[in-house]
Amino acid sequence: MRRPGAVWTAAALAVASVLAVPSAVVLASLARPAREVWVHLWRTQLLEVLGNTLALVAGVGVGTLLVGGGLAWLVVTYRFPGARVFEWALILPLAVPAYVIGFAFLGLFDFTGPVQTALRAALGAGARLPALHSWGGVVLVMTLVFYPYVYLLARTAFREQGAATLETARSLGRSRLAAFREVTLPMARPSLVAGVSLAMMEALADIGTVATFGYRTLTESVYRVWYGMFDRAAAAQLASLLLLFALGMLALERGLRGRARFVQSQRRGAGIAPVRLRGGRAGAASAACAAVLGLAFALPVAQLLAWAGGALGGWRAPRFAALLGHTLLLAGLAATLAALLALVLAYAGRLHPSPGVRLAARSASMGYALPGAVIAVGVLVPLAWLDHGLAGALGWLAGHPVPLLLTGSAAGLVFAYVARFLSVSFQTVEASLGKIPPSLDDAARSLGAGAGGTLGRVHLPLMRGGLLTALLLVFVETMKELPATLLLRPLGLDTLAIEVWERTSEAMWADAAAPALAIVAAGLAPVVVAIRLSGRRAS
Amino acid sequence: MRATPFRSPLLALALLAALPAAAGAQAPGEIVVYSARSHYNQEPAFEAFTRKTGIAIRTLGGNAPELFERLKAEGDRTPADVLITVDAGNLWNAARAGLLARVDSPELAQSIPAHLRDPEHRWVGLTTRARTIMYHTKKVSPAELSTYEALGDPKWKGRLCLRTSSHVYNQSLIATMIKRHGESRVEDVLRAWIANKPVLINSDTKILEAIAAGQCDVGLANTYYLGRLVAKDPAFPVLPFWANQQTTGTHVNISGGGVTAHARHRAGAIKLLEFLTSPEAQQMFADANFEFPANPQAGLNPVVARWGKFRQDDINVAATGEFQAAATRVADRAGYK
Repeated sequence: MRRPGAVWTAAALAVASVLAVPSAVVLASLARPAREVWVHLWRTQLLEVLGNTLALVAGVGVGTLLVGGGLAWLVVTYRFPGARVFEWALILPLAVPAYVIGFAFLGLFDFTGPVQTALRAALGAGARLPALHSWGGVVLVMTLVFYPYVYLLARTAFREQGAATLETARSLGRSRLAAFREVTLPMARPSLVAGVSLAMMEALADIGTVATFGYRTLTESVYRVWYGMFDRAAAAQLASLLLLFALGMLALERGLRGRARFVQSQRRGAGIAPVRLRGGRAGAASAACAAVLGLAFALPVAQLLAWAGGALGGWRAPRFAALLGHTLLLAGLAATLAALLALVLAYAGRLHPSPGVRLAARSASMGYALPGAVIAVGVLVPLAWLDHGLAGALGWLAGHPVPLLLTGSAAGLVFAYVARFLSVSFQTVEASLGKIPPSLDDAARSLGAGAGGTLGRVHLPLMRGGLLTALLLVFVETMKELPATLLLRPLGLDTLAIEVWERTSEAMWADAAAPALAIVAAGLAPVVVAIRLSGRRAS
Repeated sequence: MRATPFRSPLLALALLAALPAAAGAQAPGEIVVYSARSHYNQEPAFEAFTRKTGIAIRTLGGNAPELFERLKAEGDRTPADVLITVDAGNLWNAARAGLLARVDSPELAQSIPAHLRDPEHRWVGLTTRARTIMYHTKKVSPAELSTYEALGDPKWKGRLCLRTSSHVYNQSLIATMIKRHGESRVEDVLRAWIANKPVLINSDTKILEAIAAGQCDVGLANTYYLGRLVAKDPAFPVLPFWANQQTTGTHVNISGGGVTAHARHRAGAIKLLEFLTSPEAQQMFADANFEFPANPQAGLNPVVARWGKFRQDDINVAATGEFQAAATRVADRAGYK
């Protein structure tokens, strides 16, 4: 008999080695260090920029853990006015691109915005708010933008936990809070860590928000060297440092997950029964949810609506339909492919947990920590190399010149999306798969099911929530994605995000509001579907 | 058999193959333009060209450094015939990398002043952008203003708004200063600006709004941003001051274009550039975005004309590319973020 999982291991290694190419291209730039640039950066900014980056990533990690994890705990385990609505509504900010929230915040709260203008009118010309162009401002905005990752994963984890464990702890005399700390939290830890590390990687790779807020991070320096010194090679070397950051976070993540493994002995059976809050506590819970939702969703959307105002008239329906169609199709393809490949990687790791497979999966999902334009060039260069070879061969066979087939094709673009967002689907799928007890695998196998059959009939039904989360996250990410789309899209294939970029690159926000709203609206649909499919609160 | 996950990749591939068809196949003779100008999809001058010649144009928009990478990766199989960017530095860089071809067209040479095109004839300016001092009309008298360099005078302490030095418009201004005065003198100028504790803002529009709202009294911005604001609100309390009229002239940059080295429609591409630099098309550029036409025969938009005539710095705009990396380094050394 073949060793179980040999085919899966081979498939995982193949998938991983293809998806790791873009990151490898970036790392390969280190072969010829741009000494002069490094010396210059060291003398002028490198330490400051590294410090800023660490501070930002740490701030966003803590911020998203508190907001995302806290809100998830609140809506799963308590009843308070609006809880049912908040439970799904708190996912909505996911559909708002980071740069939209950032710009809406600046528009409202910086010196020229209505809030400070009113303050000055009331209190005199010296009245000021704390500066948004600061660590605090950037962390606040990024926490609001990225907390849904943690929230989504934590909510699924809390809900997938049976009530029995929590109640056993309670019957043993633990208070609700102690039971949460000692039972619920450790069991949800893989999901929380996965969500937080996604948020931290996003913060690491972000350029839109840090540029808007004038906060210098490593990613900002990457662009400065690339755009400002025409030195893409040195920029790629600098970006390799981001991969080191990501590696550090992975190590941290491993450490935090600890050696303990938590599996669930039962499926949802009875979920945690929510406790009704009363009086001031209920009010406080509602207010916390409303505040986050208001800042992260209602406020930017209201600002967009205000900007859009009469500008909606300039929209031609056929163009809008084409943009929407392209956006949805690309996002759908990328989400499906990323989920499938993540499943292959995660399942291979489960069947045969060798360091090789684990390393392969990790290196395939490193791209997430790289700025989008950098990873896009990492896709472009090898793709074009392959393509020239292909076109040469085909042209020789055909007897006439053949154009490039992959460069600037939808296939190349979807590959870039998957290379960029695999981390999102992999983290989600792996966390979900890890909660299924291995005894189930053994039982299925002893009843004669193969590795594939066990996955299809035992694991997939149990992972429904996790898989849906993975699909949803990559779908929405792809819809908002800009740099890879800009660089790799086929001629004439514009998306909603491109339309927003075209209009905002010159700060014409009123013009951009309509397509930005369309992105938000299109992002809401899968959010709602996912919530429906993942089942209502078990009560 | 249950639906396995493995049938869907095939479906996905089929959909991918269909996508380019959905986006529309390229028509024969169609010119492909890679453009970094915003609103690349709505250039009135492109539409006029197609009406006039029957030649269709297809554009791919993007940031100049990324369009550069794509052009380079596509090499001799690129579909692009023309590259348009919003800064001479990026054209200079593309020409240096061999991505643009020399075009000897007497028409281009006649339409566009020598300092706004490549000395080696690989790119040419389409519009001119002046970057100059902006001031609050009620708080600053033009008599207090003179040069870019003088913004380092301590009297502007706490009254200055600047764009971050990461943006190409400021890098270009600094680059031309370096070409003229050398790195160390320019570093002193930047140090003096920074000593005035400027508010750093990453948007020209926001700088103008900050001046209007009283956050600062003077700043640097491209004039067309002011044009847009004034067109919306004629009472907008900010005016441009033409910097360095007694010395070097006011800094100008271009948006411009060139024919790619491997253009498949070279003749059509040259015809397009010649049309875009003609007075007719130049008028359209000027009206669409409050820019200055690169061809001096074209008239100004009335909003722009109100700001009066000024002397341009006639240093060749290629300097913005040549000294851009130096500009970034000098800004870094001076602590200008």
